[in-house]
Amino acid sequence: MSQTDQAVPAGHVLRYNFKERITHWVAAGSYLYLLLTGLAFWSPWCFWIAVMLGGGQVSRMLHPWMGMVFAICVVIMYVLWASHMGLTENDKKWFKEVGYYVQNEDEKMPPAGRYNGGQKSLFWGFVVCMVLLVLSGTVLWFTESIPWSLRYLRYAAVLVHASSALLTIGLFLLHVYMGVFAERGALDSMVHGDVPLKFIKRYHPGWYEELTGQPASPKK
Amino acid sequence: MSQATLRVQKISGHAGSVPGDDAQREYAVCKLIDTTTCIGCKACEVACMEWNDLPFGQTVFDNTYQTMPETRWNYWNLILFNEHEKEDGSLMWLMRKNQCMHCADPGCLAACPSDGAIVQYTNGIVDFQQANCIGCGYCITGCPFDIPKMNPKTNRVFKCTLCADRVSEGLEPACIKSCPTGCLHFGSKEDMLDIAEKRAKQLREHFDFPSAGVYNPQGVGGTGVVYVLHDATKPELYGGLPSNPSIPWSVKLWKGPLKWLGNAAMLGGLIGLVVHYLRFGPKEREETIKEAHEGAEP
Repeated sequence: MSQTDQAVPAGHVLRYNFKERITHWVAAGSYLYLLLTGLAFWSPWCFWIAVMLGGGQVSRMLHPWMGMVFAICVVIMYVLWASHMGLTENDKKWFKEVGYYVQNEDEKMPPAGRYNGGQKSLFWGFVVCMVLLVLSGTVLWFTESIPWSLRYLRYAAVLVHASSALLTIGLFLLHVYMGVFAERGALDSMVHGDVPLKFIKRYHPGWYEELTGQPASPKK
Repeated sequence: MSQATLRVQKISGHAGSVPGDDAQREYAVCKLIDTTTCIGCKACEVACMEWNDLPFGQTVFDNTYQTMPETRWNYWNLILFNEHEKEDGSLMWLMRKNQCMHCADPGCLAACPSDGAIVQYTNGIVDFQQANCIGCGYCITGCPFDIPKMNPKTNRVFKCTLCADRVSEGLEPACIKSCPTGCLHFGSKEDMLDIAEKRAKQLREHFDFPSAGVYNPQGVGGTGVVYVLHDATKPELYGGLPSNPSIPWSVKLWKGPLKWLGNAAMLGGLIGLVVHYLRFGPKEREETIKEAHEGAEP
């Protein structure tokens, strides 16, 4: 993750190297497939999606394999990023003031580091949901092999799989909204890898101070 | 299985109305199995295999007369044998022909996500349409009787059709036709319940079975297959027939409240984000970002 991994324009810092970016986008692609086929299995009103994607049989066959791809990506992202994602006292303060963040009054927020409390929570949310989805998904994958005496596994799996999938949908919506719409430049950083210092100063003042040794905002 | 000329009143995984719903006089059919006159001859097993033209599989010997431990995707009709020791120490053979119960409120159909893979005809028969089956196995989770079984080669689920193809032509199911003792009956639900109750009364009053009764569990809205049992208080003795079956509560929760909560949350979240964008917008507008990308130092 050092800045020497790839050339970045002057005044920019490398935030995501190639390995991180490709992992993120493979995860994104597999998640999208899982979301679409999952919605098709979730509600009759969405079953047409499975038809569009090659039919219910094909969707049922590929969904678990795509789930494996997504799970492996999450594991890689865990290895890459978990060390940055520890929730600190500062993050707790950040969450207390999150109302200001929602109203775009970021100057009233405690300064966020490389990742803010919301981003860290999103990361952990996806990690926990991935584990639940893989466990319940394995039961659903091999439903017919589960003996009648262990049928409670099946009963638990349908609930756990649906609930944790719903949770990830909430996280996913927030993630896309923040990354594409609310925080302009964030999507760019995941595509090209680098972010301008100005972006860091604006959204991650704590990290800015770490990088430059200068305060991100004039003392009030 | 069959593409019978029967009208459909319930469809799995289906959005919108159902063509046959409310289109016909209510006339539920029913199979009556009198376990007290069953001799375990397995003629019904053979007739089922013959009529439905099912491929043979190996039988499994487990020191009883039972053909195999449980029904299979290609073996829909299985007599379960139980050597029951009565309180006085004497033995009694309990034999129950096991197959799909054709629930009025079918758990398989409730759990199925695939449009038209499971249908219920207006006469009450629950039928799998393998052409529409996607092989997810949710019906296996939804069934309280452990009946739907998956063909591992084609990933499609099969079970007893109550010979919907024969019934639609005015014939009785193949198993009924083959029964040599007359322990199997077929007719309207009303008639079958009437015969069953009379037989149970007879068993209580004239034979030594004070607890004899009819098995028509209300937890699944009643069934299209009803049993007369020597002891209706202990259906479990008959190869694990559940005493009070219902659609598993987790399946009901999943297909009911969780679904509506989830849908509301997903739609609400989406609307919330749009409203937030219109009210507060992005944290920085385009022009600031463009400047930033030129690498301009603040």
